[in-house]
Amino acid sequence: MSSSTIIRLPDQSTARIPKVNFLTKENGLLSWLLTGDHKRIATLYLISITFFFAIGGMLAGLIRLELLTPQSDLMAADTYNKVFSMHGIIMVFLFLVPSVPATLGNFLIPIMIGAKDLALPKINLLSWYLYIIAGGMMLYVMASGGVDTGWTFTVPLSTHYVNTHVVSAGLAIFVAGFSSVFTGLNFIVTIHKMRAPGMTWFRLPLFVWSNYAASILMVLGTPVLAITLVLIVLERVMGIGVFDPAKGGDPILFQHLFWFYSHPAVYIMILPGMAVISEVVSTFARKRVFGYTAVAFSSVAIAVFAFFVWEHHMFIMGVSNYSTLVFSLLTMLVAVPSAIKIFNWSFTLYKGSITFETPMLYAFGFMGLFTIGGLTGVFLAATGTDIHLTETYFIVAHFHFVMVGGMLMAFLSGIHFWWPKWTGRMYPEKISQLAALVTFIGFNLTFFPQFILGTLGMPRRYAAYPPEFQVLNVFSTAGATVLGIGYLLPILYLTWSLKYGEIAGDNPWQATGLEWQIQSPPLTENFVEIPIVDHDAYDYEWLERKEKEVTSVG
Amino acid sequence: MDHISPVLWQFLVKWLTNFQLFPPEASKIAPQMDALYFFMVLISLIGLTIVVLLIVGFSIAYSRKRHPVAVQIEGSTLLETTWTIIPLGLFLIMFVWGSLIYFRVYTPPANAMNIYVVGKQWMWKAEHPGGQHEIDALHIPLGRPIQLTLISQDVFHSFSIPAFRVKREAIPGRYTSVWFEATQTGTFHLFCTQYCGTNHSAMIGDIVVLTPDDYKKWLNESTSGMSLAQNGERLFASLSCNACHNGRPDARGPNLAGVFGSNLALANGGTAHVDEAYLREAILNPTDHVTQGYTPIMPTYQGQISEDGLISLVEYIKTLNSNDRVDQTTNTTAFLPEGEGKAAPAGQKSTGAAPANPGAKQGMVKQ
Repeated sequence: MSSSTIIRLPDQSTARIPKVNFLTKENGLLSWLLTGDHKRIATLYLISITFFFAIGGMLAGLIRLELLTPQSDLMAADTYNKVFSMHGIIMVFLFLVPSVPATLGNFLIPIMIGAKDLALPKINLLSWYLYIIAGGMMLYVMASGGVDTGWTFTVPLSTHYVNTHVVSAGLAIFVAGFSSVFTGLNFIVTIHKMRAPGMTWFRLPLFVWSNYAASILMVLGTPVLAITLVLIVLERVMGIGVFDPAKGGDPILFQHLFWFYSHPAVYIMILPGMAVISEVVSTFARKRVFGYTAVAFSSVAIAVFAFFVWEHHMFIMGVSNYSTLVFSLLTMLVAVPSAIKIFNWSFTLYKGSITFETPMLYAFGFMGLFTIGGLTGVFLAATGTDIHLTETYFIVAHFHFVMVGGMLMAFLSGIHFWWPKWTGRMYPEKISQLAALVTFIGFNLTFFPQFILGTLGMPRRYAAYPPEFQVLNVFSTAGATVLGIGYLLPILYLTWSLKYGEIAGDNPWQATGLEWQIQSPPLTENFVEIPIVDHDAYDYEWLERKEKEVTSVG
Repeated sequence: MDHISPVLWQFLVKWLTNFQLFPPEASKIAPQMDALYFFMVLISLIGLTIVVLLIVGFSIAYSRKRHPVAVQIEGSTLLETTWTIIPLGLFLIMFVWGSLIYFRVYTPPANAMNIYVVGKQWMWKAEHPGGQHEIDALHIPLGRPIQLTLISQDVFHSFSIPAFRVKREAIPGRYTSVWFEATQTGTFHLFCTQYCGTNHSAMIGDIVVLTPDDYKKWLNESTSGMSLAQNGERLFASLSCNACHNGRPDARGPNLAGVFGSNLALANGGTAHVDEAYLREAILNPTDHVTQGYTPIMPTYQGQISEDGLISLVEYIKTLNSNDRVDQTTNTTAFLPEGEGKAAPAGQKSTGAAPANPGAKQGMVKQ
């Protein structure tokens, strides 16, 4: 190993994967399907969300192919509408919402706080089954003709005007919602009640803080979405008229209800991503996170503010002008904690000892893209410019910078960071660094032109567009191709590494978290003995002392 | 190669000849909004540069090779305060600036010319006060404030004119409005930006800005023969509104002359300011809008009058200063072509084309 990396792998000729670990403890399909082990459930989740990500990604590919030319020529307008609707629904509800919490969060939170499992293992398994039922329903919706309401289910279009499978799709999301409520609930209970002795709130890794904030959002926000979807189904099936102006209802009410969940939902998606970045930046800078309390409380601040900004999705819908003042101001305020985080991560590098392994490259990608995504959010938070930019490709670009550039980069960073812990094996470092670079380039090429398209006024959800927008759309489609390769590479080499990767050992990154102090892959019960925590998170001096002790004893 | 190179060539030509980076500034508000836009672009570039410089700078200065042992630092209250206060300050400036523009866009001046726009799957129908209809197009004069009053007949639509930097949703069941003043003649894009079903991307049109003279010419050429108010008058008669709303002492419905703009005492004890939205609601849900001193005997017209018809009725009621015109409608069922301020030849043409029975007339108005 050269001095520019911190990877420290055991001697490959003698190293073995521990014979007993959570993967090998029991065999057979049933041992997986009936497991209560949070690590196995996380593995089930990882496989299932990757499956849905692949479907959502292919739909995205179809969208970009259609938009290669100004005419609606690859598919009929109706088909295009179904494709972008399914892309949105699958990516938001079946990938982004469960992505980090249900996989990495599920796997790591109990270990990070020194517990043997989540507080409610059976509920955890139930979450996964609900997710699978929701996913199955969504596949049924897709197979039987899809839904063309957009992921926002705008009434009265969804209740009175489309002829597609709105009810099944709505119920699928309803079920998926319960899956995320149960996951959130489980995390909250676990973090409150299962911390190891000495693991005080301010010794928790920031990963736990961020996921805790996201869990609160899940538990408080998702029921509102559930209610909204039930109202849609009732309106569609029975015509109860809550959203129908002809019966004294109000379609604007739907917008309020939907965004009351769906705005916090973007923080449900991004907070766990931020959780990953804190861990990764600290590890590869070999330095505690700069301003630990500021980062921790900024997560909580985001969670609180997230509930009071929903009307910024409705600035042009004829809401009271004065109410927009309140929501625009609050939206500006919610941008501040994100800025605090970015600066704190940047200053974590200051006087660090930095190396550039794959997870760190993805984390750098996150910081750059999330900064752009966040700053362009301010364009939309200011009511004046929102009028021009909303409902155009500007908002598509902004959303994807935050969700794909931010969240997906963070997810990949986390997967690469904890992969050796999860599987006990390393992936090929050079190819994975290349994949991070390809993803970054492809991403920018795909989504940056969309900011310009949006400023020009190109509306979103258009199957056909005026010819002067073509050049930028061609760039975007070309970028999507590169991005597709960037996502395909990790799927290939990570699968390859399961069998052929080098043995990783307990702590290949020499990181400080409790998860790195146990074997890889961990035992089913995580710890032989519940640890007693006597040091802060990211205490590299403690780690050094500990490693010296181990060598001197050995 | 034979197949690829022409395609690439075409693409290059397109790139060089038909490539925009910024939309035209064709309204009074556009330069104001763009000033804020570029201010935000500038701040974003500075912010992004700072973040990138920090990451790249620290990465070079403190790489493991140059800086093998990290120095543990707790944090810094001074720095935390700095990067809380400065972004907050900048965001607050953008908030105030943005809100000023927002209020300008959505507060029409009193002298604005009002055009009604009805959105329906999948077309835009504009109704000029003189009765000119147009579909997927909007002709407007240069240098005059235009107010659009929007409503949708079915789902949410959104009326967007990027060159003017304005956009407003057309919502079922309520009027919304937006205004602008064009500063450039020419044809500009009109888009529906709220996803509205199958042909959402075909719900586009042209905004044609004409010089005042050309606009006058256009008005004369495209008149349908009846102004909105005249259309409304006919509808008023054919729906027998005049049976009750005739202003006579024994009338069963309230007097409508001069009602627009007044404050009305309601039977439920409240008061209501009578504007377009109130009139529309009172026609559709009369029992919720009973004027003090009257009984709720008016039937609902929900589902019986189209949004176009409602606009005509509202415009008619707006023009009522006395009950003379109402009396005329009670005395004659036929439409009187000799209305005020209308080109005679076109009026004759229209009368000739109009069917004789009132029901069919109503159907025509409904479209």
